[in-house]
Amino acid sequence: MSKSQKIILDGNQAAATVAHLTNEVIAIYPITPASPMGEWADEWSSRQQPNLWGTVPEIIEMQSEGGAAGAIHGALQAGSLTTTFTASQGLLLMIPNMFKIAGELSPAVFHVAARSVAAQALSIFGDHSDVMTARSTGFAFLCSNSPQEVMDMALIAQCVTLESKIPVLHFFDGFRTSHEVAKVDSIGTDVMQKMIDFRFVKEHRQRALSSDHPVLRGSSQNPDVFFQARESVNAYYQALPAIVQKTMDTFAELTGRQYKIFDYIGAADAERIIILMGSGAETAQETVEYLVSQGEKIGLLKVRLFRPLDSVSLIGAIPASIKKIAVLDRTKEPGADGEPLYKDVATALMQHFSGESNKFSTLPLVVGGRYGLSSKEFTPGMVKAIYDELKTTSPKNNFTIGINDDVTHTSLSWDASFRTNAQKNTFQAVFYGLGSDGTVSANKNSIKIIGECTDKYVQGYFVYDSKKSGAVTISHLRFGEDPIHSTYLIGNDDADFVACHQPVFLERYPMLDKAADNAVFLLNTPVEKKSVWSSLPATMQQQILDKKIRLYVIDAYKVASETGMNKRINTIMQTCFFSISGVLPKDDAINSIKQAVEKTYGKKGKQLIDLNYKAIDQTLLNLYEVDVPGKVSSKIQLQKSITDSASDFVKNVTAEIIAGRGDAIPVSLFPVDGSYPLGTAAYEKRNLALEIPVLDEGLCSQCGKCPLVCPHGVIRSKVFDESKLESAPESFKSMPVKGKDFSKTLRITYQVSPEDCTGCGLCADICPIHDKSNVSHKALDMVAYTPELREQEKLNWNYFLDLPEYDRGLIKSNTIKGAMLLQPLFEFSGACEGCGETPYIKLASQLFGDRMIVANATGCSSIYGGNLPTTPWTKNAQGRGPAWSNSLFEDNAEFGLGMRLSIDKQKQYASELLQGLKNQLDDKLVNEILSADESTEEGITQQRTRIDKLCEQLAAIKTVEARELETVADKLSRKSVWIIGGDGWAYDIGYGGLDHVLASGRDVNILVLDTEVYSNTGGQTSKATPRGAVAKFSAGGKPSPKKDLALLAMDYENVYVAHVAYGARDIQTLHAFNEAEAYAGPSLIIAYSPCIAHGIDLKNNHQHQQMAVDSGHWPLFRYNPENAKQGINPLHLDSKAPSVPYREFVETEIRFNMLWRTHPEVAEKLLEQSQEDVLHRYHYYEQLANLPYGEVVDQTGITQPPHRKLASVIKQQLAQDLHNTKEADEKKSTSKKGGQND
Amino acid sequence: MIDLSTKYLGLSLINPLVASSSPLTGNLDDTKRLEDAGIAAIVLPSLFEENINQEQQQLEHYVHSQALGHNEAESYHPVPENYKSEIETYLEYIQALKSNLSIPVIASLNGVTDSGWVDYGKELMQAGADALELNVYYVAADPEQSGEQVEERYIHLLERLRKQVSIPIAMKISSQFSSVANMLKRFQASGADGVVLFNRFYQPDINLETLKINPHIELSTPIESLVRIRWIALMRSRVELSLAATGGFHTVESIIKALLAGADAVYLCAVLLNHGTEYCVELLRQLDLWLTEHEYESIEQLQGSVSQSCVIDPAVYEHSNYKDVIKSYK
Repeated sequence: MSKSQKIILDGNQAAATVAHLTNEVIAIYPITPASPMGEWADEWSSRQQPNLWGTVPEIIEMQSEGGAAGAIHGALQAGSLTTTFTASQGLLLMIPNMFKIAGELSPAVFHVAARSVAAQALSIFGDHSDVMTARSTGFAFLCSNSPQEVMDMALIAQCVTLESKIPVLHFFDGFRTSHEVAKVDSIGTDVMQKMIDFRFVKEHRQRALSSDHPVLRGSSQNPDVFFQARESVNAYYQALPAIVQKTMDTFAELTGRQYKIFDYIGAADAERIIILMGSGAETAQETVEYLVSQGEKIGLLKVRLFRPLDSVSLIGAIPASIKKIAVLDRTKEPGADGEPLYKDVATALMQHFSGESNKFSTLPLVVGGRYGLSSKEFTPGMVKAIYDELKTTSPKNNFTIGINDDVTHTSLSWDASFRTNAQKNTFQAVFYGLGSDGTVSANKNSIKIIGECTDKYVQGYFVYDSKKSGAVTISHLRFGEDPIHSTYLIGNDDADFVACHQPVFLERYPMLDKAADNAVFLLNTPVEKKSVWSSLPATMQQQILDKKIRLYVIDAYKVASETGMNKRINTIMQTCFFSISGVLPKDDAINSIKQAVEKTYGKKGKQLIDLNYKAIDQTLLNLYEVDVPGKVSSKIQLQKSITDSASDFVKNVTAEIIAGRGDAIPVSLFPVDGSYPLGTAAYEKRNLALEIPVLDEGLCSQCGKCPLVCPHGVIRSKVFDESKLESAPESFKSMPVKGKDFSKTLRITYQVSPEDCTGCGLCADICPIHDKSNVSHKALDMVAYTPELREQEKLNWNYFLDLPEYDRGLIKSNTIKGAMLLQPLFEFSGACEGCGETPYIKLASQLFGDRMIVANATGCSSIYGGNLPTTPWTKNAQGRGPAWSNSLFEDNAEFGLGMRLSIDKQKQYASELLQGLKNQLDDKLVNEILSADESTEEGITQQRTRIDKLCEQLAAIKTVEARELETVADKLSRKSVWIIGGDGWAYDIGYGGLDHVLASGRDVNILVLDTEVYSNTGGQTSKATPRGAVAKFSAGGKPSPKKDLALLAMDYENVYVAHVAYGARDIQTLHAFNEAEAYAGPSLIIAYSPCIAHGIDLKNNHQHQQMAVDSGHWPLFRYNPENAKQGINPLHLDSKAPSVPYREFVETEIRFNMLWRTHPEVAEKLLEQSQEDVLHRYHYYEQLANLPYGEVVDQTGITQPPHRKLASVIKQQLAQDLHNTKEADEKKSTSKKGGQND
Repeated sequence: MIDLSTKYLGLSLINPLVASSSPLTGNLDDTKRLEDAGIAAIVLPSLFEENINQEQQQLEHYVHSQALGHNEAESYHPVPENYKSEIETYLEYIQALKSNLSIPVIASLNGVTDSGWVDYGKELMQAGADALELNVYYVAADPEQSGEQVEERYIHLLERLRKQVSIPIAMKISSQFSSVANMLKRFQASGADGVVLFNRFYQPDINLETLKINPHIELSTPIESLVRIRWIALMRSRVELSLAATGGFHTVESIIKALLAGADAVYLCAVLLNHGTEYCVELLRQLDLWLTEHEYESIEQLQGSVSQSCVIDPAVYEHSNYKDVIKSYK
C-alpha cells in the first residue's frame, strides 16, 4: 500500500487536484460553487505545474458553459484528456454536448459541485436538481459524499472513463462538500500512475480525429438506422458497473480505502434502511452507527454509482431481512410521483421481486422522500425521524424532511434535540465575524494548524449571509479523535467554544444558544473590564449563568490599533482562541500561529510579520477572564430586526429570515410564484458606518452631487415649503433653495439615513465646496458615528421621510440638482461599501422608477438587488416602482425583450379595444389617450389620469371588450424596460442575445455595469477585461484588448449608445440616461463601475473613474441616432483626448500593477500596447465623430445613412478617379494615335 | 596622461564623477551606458522603507487577506506565485549590476524604523553593494522635538547600522542643521565613511485648482552648487570623512571648483538627464583638458587645494560675504 500524506483542503480543491494531474485540456466557465476548481487548475497551470505525464495542462476560460462544453467536445475528438468543472445552470448549458460526448463514447470526467437549479428563485446552494437533469445524457454518474471521497472518486472516475469509454459525471454536494475544509489522505502520484492504465489513454488518442487516418464522426442519420446505432453502445453501459467496482478494488489495494458501488452500513439483519447519495449519507452513517449501537435493526445504503444503475448490485447490497425502505432524493421533480433515485430503487425491487430468484420473503415497502434542497440542513434528528416513520404501519410516501409543510402536509416532524454520540471526543467551536474582519481566513488557518500539528481530524464549514458589505460570517469548526461524519452545522447547546468577533452582534444574535454547558465565550468588545458584564443582554447573562459559561474578553480593535494592525483583528482573535480553548497546548499553538504568519508573508512581508508578532504578544497581555456575578442584572434585550409598522408578511417572513430563523418558516407563508414585496431593505438597519456625513448648510452649494454618488441611496435631497419646518427636530438642517425655478418659501435639505449608511465617504469625497479658510472642511464632512449622532440623525431622517416628495412635474431632471430631487426607488442595497455599480441603478430608478420594468442578469446586481431576505428596490407613495425580475445569466437581453414585446403587444391590443369602444366612451378622452405625448413627467402624469378616467368609464360598459380593456388599460401609459447586467453577461455569456436585441430595434434600455471582470464569482477574466490586467484566468496579464462593445453596437446605426463614468462627468451620465430613455429604439449604456476586484480602495472610486477617463481607458461619448436624422453626426465625444499617460492610470490599480511584480517585461509590453490602444481608439472615435453629416442624397435619390455616406463619398471619389483615369488614358491613347497619325 | 583617479569611501574610483541616484541608475541598460561613458561609480535610486511597508500593506489588503465574506467569492486576485516584492527586485538589481559592471555600486537607503534601517542595510550589503548611502530625509515638524533630538536620530541610526554593516557608509544629508560642521564630526565619530552634501528634496506644491498638495521636484540649477562647494571647502580639513558634492554640478567648471574645495567625488544627475549619459565623456574630456592646460598631474594634486585651510583668505568661506558682493555692484 502506498503511503499517503494528510492534507487539509476542501472538496473543490480535492477534485481539482486530481483533475489537473490527469488531464491535458481544461475548459471552464465560472459558476458558484464550482468556480474554485477552475481557479485552482488555472493557478497551477500558471505556475507551470505539470500533470502526471509531465506536461502543463492547457486551461481555457470560455464565454459560457455551453462554450466550454463545445470546446471539451472538440478537444476530446482531437484526442486530449479533457475535463471541466461546473454546477447548476452551467451543467444544464452543457447538456446538448454531453449527449454528443457520451454518444461518441468519448472518455471524460465532468466534476460537478451539485447545486439547485433556479426555479421560483435562484439559489447557489447544494442539491441534486442539476445532476438529475443531466441523467439522460448517457454519462455515468458517480457521487462523492465528503472531501476525502471527492479526491478518491475523482481518480476512480478518471480511470473508469478511460477504460469504459463512457464519460463520467462526478458530483458532490455544493458547499457542504465543495466548501467543507477537512483533513484527508492525499493520493500520491505513484498511486495515480498505477491506477491509470496507459493502454486506455493510447486508445483514446488513437480514436482522435486526424487527417492522417481520417473518419467522419457525428453523421446525420435517418429513421432506418438511428435507433439501431443508438442501441449499439449497450454493451459498454452493461460493462461499466463492473469496471467501476474493479477500479474501486484496485484503489483499495493501493490506498486501503475500499468503496463499493453500493455501500451498505448498519445491521446485517436490518429491517428498515435508508438509501441516498451525497453528503447527507455521512450524517446518516453517523446516525445509523449510533442507533445500531442502541440495538436498532436499521441500515443505510450509500449509492455511489447512480448511472448506469446496476440493479443487481443494488439489490445485492440490501439485506434480505429488509421490510421497509426510505429512498431519499436531494431534488424535486414537481408533478412526478417520486424523485429519480426513489423510482430507480422501486423499479429495481419490482424487477427483482418479479424475477426468477428472489431474496426477499415479501416485497419491501418503499417510500420516497425529499431532503436538503438548496443545502437545507440534514441532521441526525431528521435521519432518526425517517427511521421512526418507517416503523409506522403506513409510512408517508413522497415525504419531506427538514421543513414544515403545513399546506400539503408532506413533512415529517423531527426531534431537533436528538444527538448521536459522535461529538463525544470532538471539540466544537462557533465564531461570529464580519466578512471583512478576516474571521474565516483565521479559522481556516487554525484548522490547518490543528490538522497539521496533531493527529486530530478536522472540519471547517463557513456560513455567510447574502450581503456584500458588512456580511456576517459564522464559522463552524470541529476537531476530533475520530473521523468526522457530521455534515451539519453545530447545533444549539453543542459548542464548546463560542466567539463573538464584533461587539455589535451582542444585541443582534442569540450566540450563546449554541454554547454547551461549561463552554467558553470569547468576546471582542471595547467596553472596560468593569462594565463588560453589564454590557451583555439579559438573555446572554442568563445563559452564562445557566450553562456555567466562562467569559473571556479582549479589546481586539485596541490591540490592533496599538500594534499597527489597523483594523485587522484576525490574528488577535485567533491567538485568543488558542490561548483559552485548550485545543492545543498554548505555547505550541502560539508558535504555530507565528510560523503560519511567517509562511504567509515570507521574506516579502517583514513589516507584517513584525506587526503580527507584536499583536500576538500584546493579545496575550490584554486577554482576560471576567468574574461572572451570580445574577442577571442587564436590562438590554436583543434588538428587533423589523419595526412594528411593517406588514404581516415582512414580520412573519422577512424579519424571521433576517433573524436567522428562516428554517422554521412554514410552507404556507411563502408566495407560490416567487413574488416578494419591495422596499424591505429599509427595514434592515445595519448600522455599519464608523463615520457618517454631516452637512454644513452654510457652505452647501446645493449641487446635488452627494446623493448622486451615494452607492447605497442613504443621502437624499428634498425641497419643501418652509412652513414644514415648524415640526422639524432642532438639529434638522435646511437652507433656502437656490434657483429661479423655486419659490422663495421653499427650502432644500440633504439628509443622511444614519443607520443605513456604510460610511464609504464617497459623498464627502465628491463634495466640491471647501471652507474658504480651511480646505479640509467641506460642505459635507465625515464625522465619527457616535451614539449621540445616531440618535440625532435618526430623528432628522424620520422627519425627512415624512416630508412630502416634491412634484416630479416641476423638477428639471436634466440637471444633477434637479434629478437628485427625484425619489430613489433603489435604496440601502447590501452591495460592497463604495460600489461603483449601484449609483447608476439608483439614478435610473430616480428618473424612471415609477414606470420601470427591470430584467436583471444574474450577477452582483441580482444579488444585492434580489437576494433574500430584503431588496433595495422600492416603490413611491403612490405605490408605483420598478418591477424587477431575474431570469438567468445568459438570457437577460432576450428576457427584457420579451417584456418589451409583451407590453407593446398589450398596448396595441388596448389601443385596438379602445378604438372599438370609442363610441361608448368620451371621444376626446380616447383621442387624447391614443395620441398622448409621454415624453415629459407631466405628459405621463396626465396619461395616467386619463387612464384612471377611462377605467371609471369602462366600469359602466357591460361588454366583454370593456372587461378585456380593463386588464390591459395600464399598458396605455408609458412603460420603460431596463435590461441590467454586468460585463460577464453583456460581453460574454449573453452577447449573442444582446446582439439580437440591439438588432431588433425595439425600445429597450440596456445598462451594462462594466466592472471589467466577473465580479460576483470572484474576479474572473471577461472579454471586458482590459489588456494587461491581472485577473483570474489572466494571471500573466490579459494579452488581448478589451472588446469594444460600444463600437459593435454603434455599427447597427439605430442603437443609442453611451459610454459613461459618473465619477468623472456626472452630467454626461445624466444626459445619457435621459437620452437613452427618450430614444424610441434600443439604447445601450455602458457604465464604468469601479469594483473591489480592481484592487483599489473604493473610497477613491471617483479618482479612479477620473483617471480612467483622462488616460483614455474610458472615453466618454454618446451616439444618438436621432441626431443623424437632423443632419448632425450622431457620435459626440464627451471627453478630451487622453491627457494622462496610461501608465499613471494603471499604476494606481493592483489589477494592473501586480504584473510589474510578476512579469515586468510582459507588463511593459502590454502597457505600451495599451497606450497605443487608447490613443488609437480615441483617434478613431474622433474621426467617426467628425465625419460629415447632413442631407446626403445619392445619385439614385435615396438619402444615405451616415456610415454609408462615407462609403458613398469614397465610392464617388473612386468613381471620379476611375473616370479621370479613363479619360486620361483615352487622351493618351488619342494623342498616341494622333502621334501615329502624325 | 593626467591621473584622474580618486578615493571615495575607501573605494578606488577611476575619476571623481559619480552618477547620483536618479532614473538613470535604476536600470541596467543606462548604468552600462554610464559606465561606458566613463562614470566612476553609481548610486542607486533609494530603497524607501515606506514604500516597502506600503507595498506590504497593499499585498495584505488585496492579496493575502481578501476576506470578502461572501458565498460566491473568497478572493478576487490570484495570489501570484512569482511575485517579486520591491525589496527582492532591488536586491536582484544590485546583483545584476555587480555581475555586469566593473565600477562600484553604491546602494541608497531611506529608512523609517530602526529595524528597517538596519535590516535592509544588511540585505543591501549581502546583495553585493560596495557601499551604502543613507538618504536621511527627515522633516522635523514636531515642535516638541528639539534640534538635539533630531540630530540624535541621525547618530543613533548610523551607530546601529555601523555595528551591522561592514561596507562603507555615506550620510547624505541636507544643509538644514544648526551646525553642519558639528554633525559631520559626530558622523565621523559614529563610524561614517563619508558625507554627501547636500540632499535635495521633493517639495509639496499646492494645486490652485484642486487645492490639494502635490509633491513636486525640479532638477537642480547650477547656482545650487555654490553652497555645496562652500561647505566642502569648510569641512575638508576639519573631518577625515570622504566628501561628495551633489546638487547643481552641471559644468566642468563647477566640478573643478568642488574638487578644488576638497571633494573626493562629484555627483551628477540633472546634467546627465538633460544631456544624456554620453555627456559624461565630454565632461571628462573637458576636465582632462583643464587639468592639462593648468598643468596638473592628477586629481589628487588638485583636491582641496582651495579648501578653507589652503585658501588665501580663509575667512571668506565663513563670513557672510554678501557685504562684499553688494559693494561690488557699486
